[in-house]
Amino acid sequence: MGEKTLTRMDLSEAVFREVGLSRNESAELVERVLTLMSDALVGNEQVKVSSFGTFSVREKAARIGRNPKTGEEVPILPRRVLSFRPSHLMKERVAEGNRN
Amino acid sequence: MIRSELVQKIADENPHLYQRDVERIVNTIFEEITIAMSRGDRVELRGFGAFSVKKRDERVGRNPRTGESVQVEQKHVPFFKTGKLLRDRLNGNT
Repeated sequence: MGEKTLTRMDLSEAVFREVGLSRNESAELVERVLTLMSDALVGNEQVKVSSFGTFSVREKAARIGRNPKTGEEVPILPRRVLSFRPSHLMKERVAEGNRN
Repeated sequence: MIRSELVQKIADENPHLYQRDVERIVNTIFEEITIAMSRGDRVELRGFGAFSVKKRDERVGRNPRTGESVQVEQKHVPFFKTGKLLRDRLNGNT
């Protein structure tokens, strides 16, 4: 199992290598992709990336939570959460690549 | 929004880029994330979220139709955790 953590910088570097743009512009484009995806999700839109996966927003109802340390009851307000469902292809590739 | 709409938006904002290059840029981003996870690496995109790989232990499963026990091998699955900024934005903060 790997232990490296990639960041925006690694994605920009990949874009830089793949397309002949400057490092600066590559970084801006990576940022733009993330922003456009975030904006769509905040606007309650689903983001579907074929052969990668689907991001969707789910509404969670209010519930009574508990502070695990003190046992105290705390109300949890209704909220919106993001869920990511990886595509079959991604699941296969990740399972295959990490076998043993 | 689907992949092609994302490509279209970026292309509209960058008239100096060929559409096919924008496609390559967008594909490269998602491909790089998938390749990283296939190696067992994490991809941390501050504010957006982090992609990582989780190990699922082997277990005895059951065929829901026949009730028959089946051995399910250990496997690794992709996982995404939403970043704080995006989580807050989804709930109307900032």
